[in-house]
Amino acid sequence: MSRLKQYRLRLRRKQRLIRAFRKSRQLSCVQNNTNRIEKDDVLLVCTLRNERIRLPYFMKYYRDLGVKHFLFVDNDSDDGSREYLMDAYDVSIWHTTASYRDSLFGVHWMNWIARKYCHNHWTLTVDVDEFFVFPFCDTRPIPALTDWLDNSGIKSFSAMLIDMYPKGPIDAQPYQDGQDPMEIAQWFDSGNYMLSKNHEFHNLWIQGGPRARLFFSDDPYNAPSLNKIPLVKWHKDYVYMHSTHMLLPRRLNYVYEKTGGEMASGALLHTKFLNTFVQKTEEEMQRRQHYAGSREYLAYHNRIKDDPELWCNWSEKYINWRQLEILGLMSKGNWA
Amino acid sequence: MSVGFVMLVHEALHRAEEVARHLADHGCPVVIHVDKRVPKDTYLPFVDSLSDLATVKFSKRHTCEWGTWSLVAASQDASELMLDSFKDVRHVYLSSGSCLPLRPINDLIKYLESRPMTNFIESVTTEDVPWTVGGLDAERFTLRFPFSWKRQRKLFDRYVSLQRRLGFKRQIPEGLIPHLGSQWWCLTRQTLSAILGDPDRKIYDTYFKRVWIPDESYYQTLVRLYSNNIESRSLTLSKFDYQGKPHIFYDDHLQLLRRSDCFVARKIWSKADRLYNTFLNTQINPMQGAEPNPGKIDRIFSKAVERRTMGRDGLYMQSRQPAHGQGKGKTSAPYSIFEGFSDLFEDFDQWLSQAVSARVHGHLFAPEGVEFSGNQNVFAGALSNHAALRDYNPCGFLTNIIWNTRGERQCFMFGPRDNQEINWLIATDPNAQISVISGAWAVTLFRSNRNFSDIRREAARLQKIEAEHLDILRSQHVKARVRIWTMADFIDSRMEPLQAIIDEIGPRNVRRLTEAPRMRDLTGFGQFLQNLKNQGMHPHLMGDFPMGPEVENASYERKKPYLVK
Repeated sequence: MSRLKQYRLRLRRKQRLIRAFRKSRQLSCVQNNTNRIEKDDVLLVCTLRNERIRLPYFMKYYRDLGVKHFLFVDNDSDDGSREYLMDAYDVSIWHTTASYRDSLFGVHWMNWIARKYCHNHWTLTVDVDEFFVFPFCDTRPIPALTDWLDNSGIKSFSAMLIDMYPKGPIDAQPYQDGQDPMEIAQWFDSGNYMLSKNHEFHNLWIQGGPRARLFFSDDPYNAPSLNKIPLVKWHKDYVYMHSTHMLLPRRLNYVYEKTGGEMASGALLHTKFLNTFVQKTEEEMQRRQHYAGSREYLAYHNRIKDDPELWCNWSEKYINWRQLEILGLMSKGNWA
Repeated sequence: MSVGFVMLVHEALHRAEEVARHLADHGCPVVIHVDKRVPKDTYLPFVDSLSDLATVKFSKRHTCEWGTWSLVAASQDASELMLDSFKDVRHVYLSSGSCLPLRPINDLIKYLESRPMTNFIESVTTEDVPWTVGGLDAERFTLRFPFSWKRQRKLFDRYVSLQRRLGFKRQIPEGLIPHLGSQWWCLTRQTLSAILGDPDRKIYDTYFKRVWIPDESYYQTLVRLYSNNIESRSLTLSKFDYQGKPHIFYDDHLQLLRRSDCFVARKIWSKADRLYNTFLNTQINPMQGAEPNPGKIDRIFSKAVERRTMGRDGLYMQSRQPAHGQGKGKTSAPYSIFEGFSDLFEDFDQWLSQAVSARVHGHLFAPEGVEFSGNQNVFAGALSNHAALRDYNPCGFLTNIIWNTRGERQCFMFGPRDNQEINWLIATDPNAQISVISGAWAVTLFRSNRNFSDIRREAARLQKIEAEHLDILRSQHVKARVRIWTMADFIDSRMEPLQAIIDEIGPRNVRRLTEAPRMRDLTGFGQFLQNLKNQGMHPHLMGDFPMGPEVENASYERKKPYLVK
């Protein structure tokens, strides 16, 4: 890498940090329990808006996995999400009424919070509909993974997004408060993912899955990105660039092996396609606060009248992480 | 009292305390060395917590860094304290704070009592060591290593290569033959005191202070001077990954560890409550008197290392993306590509799927869309038949379909009309079996109902594409199994080549092919080619095709042209 390019990337990173700082003025702290964070705690950073119904299961899932503290940015929820999270000893909340889009879909907010509170902690950055799955997650908690990563000198851990969907119309089974969303959205695409390399940031760019198959079949270039690096041993100088798809400094994006071996990796089960998605689509058509003019919601909205079914004959039913590892969607690497 | 434990501790002191207490309760004296980097306010409570046990002692503290002499110094001091304070100790067992006894201590005591003179220490000459990191085995003993491998890696590497270039070599003290092995040993009082009390110890110590990772070589080398009774294996189960880091045991390894019959395992994750609760509390011992048998654990860990270094062939995913020319296989399984066959034969795919036990697709890379077997819209792995999606990443599409159908061979048709982006991938893929009837695409044109000028233009285009394709298939970089016939040659002896291809794929029936696929009616094809020529195009890929209709029919009728009576 030439010095010039190195310097340019450094400037971009600094610019991100400055922007994060500027956007931090939009956040007002509603509940600050960060003094309870202890050394070596695994933290979770999340931006949400009107996700009240999903929160109980989300909190249970990640508490069980060993997350010690949750840092939420609440983008002006009015469905009681914030009230639900209040008073939990392991939750800190910031509230904002500012535009989600203008904060680069929450990235600036998250960068600032991570810089301020997550330095030297393993930090998981996920959405409320994303469930982190990693090798041995049924028998070992996240700290087992992070201790091993520390031991192996690895700073970032990849977990690609896998879109889960139900069989039949997506609003056929209403999601209940506290329910495991994977009970409804049980299915996924196992082998239609397209990979290419991003030459600027050196991360892999993964597209595919049901959204590419159905909503972007004529325009695959614009299909949603599925590569994610959600688990990072955070340093205050790190920044996420676009969502959690890539980071700077660039070395954190090397979560893949180029000489033929497999590095350890996980998956984020994306349970967006529940009945709640239909309501969100309606709302998004008004707000237009999501990525690329809410392209994805638009594509879905345009097809909603055809009553699209994401499920197909070759859909795979989710069982556990071992299944994902056998299918080649994630890998144990040399963790045994 | 026959075995004493020397324990090197630097983290998770509460676990070390549990283990030390367990050992002491079962009659084994323990000498603990705590890394000097552990702060006082952690160290003192730790000492306090064990103060009720008379047989637990603490040795002089050293600042320990991986790969340096400090670890040997720590074990020397602790061993001396052990030998001096506990006179009836017969064996000294070196362990760490993250070691966990898997069998009742009495079992170990009995085991050692029945082998009173045996030293258990892995000790292998440098030539026979497969596990060294960074390619340094013999050179550990002959170079100098003033820089830290962990903190000053660049300096370390540069200094090593500088010494190599200058041909620098340290003198190994006389009488020493360098040996390497696991740093966790169990030595007899006789041998250990001989090592520690040797009049030449100063010379040896000075020498080993400059050896890299001396804790893997100091005792391992010196033990050869004082004892002939060496069992070259460690009683501690300890596995290393490809970077030389120890594998860690978790709760889910419980059954595996139980069945391993090993005495002590390392390294245990400090939060593995179930392992500690189980092995420190149980008195039931299913493996009375058995020899340690770590075979099963070995297999699991060597598989893990293999996955990390080799990976699964033909898999492209978020954490495996072999760069160009890297990784063994480009695809995960053999597959067959047929070019020109579906042009020349009627219902060739049907015939083929009856002849071979494989999945037969149409033109997977056709411009109109993917022709999956059985005209499915979606295929294995939820691959879509949309042309745009496939053409977004054609090579990925191919590797995906081969990966998704592991266990079932895939066959598909290909031709110059199809997306040619996969050319180099298939040509350089040893898994590809490519059979080409060159020029057969003209038959489809010949049968099409189009204006001749269109046909002529299309023929020129297809011929150009196929010629380029064939150039690639004939290049020196080809690794695929390639067979190319001109159309004329193929028609001449069509059963033979078909039989050869089918035999390679694996026929559905063992019997020889009885029925050839039905060739399309070629009456007038010779004239068609002549017309193309007359229009100024030169169709050369078909071979020397006979002109007149009589010749064609004759070749069509002939059954076995190669039989000479």
